Amino acid sequence: MAGERVAVVGVGQTVHRTARKDVSMAGLVREAAQEALDDAGMTWADIDAVVIGKAPDMFEGVAMPELYLADALGAVGKPMMRVHTAGSVGGSTSIVAAKLVAAGLHQRVLTVAYEKQSESNATWGLSVPMPFAAPLVAGAGGYFAPLIRAYMYRSGAPRYIGHLVAVKDRLAALRNPKAHLHIPDIDLKMVEESFLLWDPLRYLDVCPSSDGAMAMVLGSEKVAQAAPGPVAWIHGMAMRSEPTMFARRDQVSPQAGKDCAKDVYTQAGINDPRADFDCAEVYVPFSWYEPMWLENLGFCAEGEGWKLTESGATAPDGDIPWNPSGGVLSSNPIGASGMVRFGEVAQQVRGRAGDYQVELKSGLALGHAYGGGSQFFSMWVVGNKKPA
Amino acid sequence: MRDVAVVSFACNAVARDASHNETEMIVPVLREAIEQSGIPRGDLGFVCSGSLDYLQGGPFAFVAGLDAVGAWPPVRESHVEMDAAWALYEAWVAIQTGEVDSALVYGFGKSTPGDLHEIMSLQLDPYYLLPLWPSMVDMAALQACAFLDSNGATEKDLAEVAARSQRNARGNPRAVRSADVAVEDLLKQPVTHHPLRDADIAPITDGAAAIVLAAGDLARKVTARPAWIRGIEHRIEAHAPGVRDLARSESAKAAGAAAGATSGNVDVAELHAQFSHEELILAEALGLDAAQTDINPSGGALAANPVMSAGLVRIGEIAQRITNGVADRGVAHAASGPCLQQNMVCVLEGE
Repeated sequence: MAGERVAVVGVGQTVHRTARKDVSMAGLVREAAQEALDDAGMTWADIDAVVIGKAPDMFEGVAMPELYLADALGAVGKPMMRVHTAGSVGGSTSIVAAKLVAAGLHQRVLTVAYEKQSESNATWGLSVPMPFAAPLVAGAGGYFAPLIRAYMYRSGAPRYIGHLVAVKDRLAALRNPKAHLHIPDIDLKMVEESFLLWDPLRYLDVCPSSDGAMAMVLGSEKVAQAAPGPVAWIHGMAMRSEPTMFARRDQVSPQAGKDCAKDVYTQAGINDPRADFDCAEVYVPFSWYEPMWLENLGFCAEGEGWKLTESGATAPDGDIPWNPSGGVLSSNPIGASGMVRFGEVAQQVRGRAGDYQVELKSGLALGHAYGGGSQFFSMWVVGNKKPA
Repeated sequence: MRDVAVVSFACNAVARDASHNETEMIVPVLREAIEQSGIPRGDLGFVCSGSLDYLQGGPFAFVAGLDAVGAWPPVRESHVEMDAAWALYEAWVAIQTGEVDSALVYGFGKSTPGDLHEIMSLQLDPYYLLPLWPSMVDMAALQACAFLDSNGATEKDLAEVAARSQRNARGNPRAVRSADVAVEDLLKQPVTHHPLRDADIAPITDGAAAIVLAAGDLARKVTARPAWIRGIEHRIEAHAPGVRDLARSESAKAAGAAAGATSGNVDVAELHAQFSHEELILAEALGLDAAQTDINPSGGALAANPVMSAGLVRIGEIAQRITNGVADRGVAHAASGPCLQQNMVCVLEGE
């Protein structure tokens, strides 16, 4: 990784719910930020700069909300930035914040991502008809379902594979008290019998719509060494983007995702992601995206992802647990979902994941987020040992 | 710190561009900035942009920008929902880490399809301020009143800023408002938002801007006289207008001091003032003296205000004057939010 060493020294996360009517937007972000500061053993005054991220402003109806949130996040008198890179934004925001430390500009940076989806309806917020563009009026599910069908056609995966992921991630979420969805009696039959939204996606194959926020305090090596608890060192971080539509673009397994993974693996010295990582938190908003991203991220060969899922390898007790927190399928405050992935892997390598802690062998884990029409990617690798 | 310079600048601003969408509007600006930089498109290490969904009227305004960038093979890329001056800051940080040696930065926005002054009301605290629906101009007028009340300045002082802007803008081909006007004539205009007149308010503008940054030897290789970034800092202050002194800009002052704005001669300054009184508040905060510093020689945002790139344009205007040898050292400023809530100061120098 370029620049100075950076570590996650504090992590905070709200409880995710359909509607957090007990807090304002400011209250929501502050709840996560305060927990991250407490975890880092810091106060607001210790923070040098604040980087906030979220998905489209239309989800809450507040334009450039960093302005209104400056006070709640203790940013007054400090530098503050607002990142927006579609669904990957939670990951991108973490990376932009980490770069402020890697560049040697700041010692302690607070980064926060949130979405308060109960303020609007995300599906319609994503479906505003624009002049001179074909109106999809389909939300994210309507956009991604055809790509999933293309994946099924290519790989020959049976129809129940997606449902397996839907069950696996919801069972995992039962061990995560902050997860939005807790469905104790979930099983394959319940998913299969839930209503069809966008073929092949049934209601329970799809992520919920959540209110929630995630926060992290990122520190320099000096700050990390003085931290009161274990820290997660950043071993690599990368972002890649490609345009939405052009001839020959592979939307099922995008090149930008492959390039981003290769970059971050090279920085972190990862040769075989399935063997080298202890776990991964990967942005899977629709169940089928687990097998699709298993292939795109090089955890198996093309066409083999669904077999890996079916074998149970990605379950919490499998050899490469994916989304032991319950993932996006169990909590989805859109703009924060990427940072939740990045923060959850930090908690895993710190040994702070509670009832969903995975066994640490290499001490390395992958955080991943994607957005737009599968075209924006952000990833980081964190570890419990200081990088060389 | 690595030495980083602005090696090219291109921009476009018109009163109304009804014949191009945002992507089409960006294409020629990016092409010009890249060609001028002498760095092949594929060699640019990082891309970062600034835009606002609410201007475009739909989510993900920045996504189609990738078509204009020609982001294939995939690029290292990011976006801020802020003026593109902050995109330049993010790109400058990326270069500081050593990850990349160059970056393309751009910003764009069309103000004409909607009502800019009402759209900007959506920036306000949604619980306590927005329900009152003060427009962007209403908020600015509050600040103008506070400024005039605090130090004995008058509407004539505001008109002097507006008149100088319009006169300076005559030399700026991108100005959408320029004329040889007299202060007395401007003062005959009706006051629309006490104490502001039309001439005190930035004109509605559609436009885009792009800058290429390069580090050290690369900058020297592609440019005879790179405009080096010697300091770049930004600060935000409290949101509620009632909890800060609107007559002054503490955040601009702090950013200017941290960037070293006044630790040398300032030949030229470009201030992102969308209202006449903002220029006076900013000049005071940055310690600029109109007798020694040429302030807003382009006419500033009062001459052309392409929202979401108007701050980046200020950096480009200063860089261009340094590269052309017109100036040795200059200060560029960008602002965001109601009543100058957030401010950036960038100090540029020639070799």
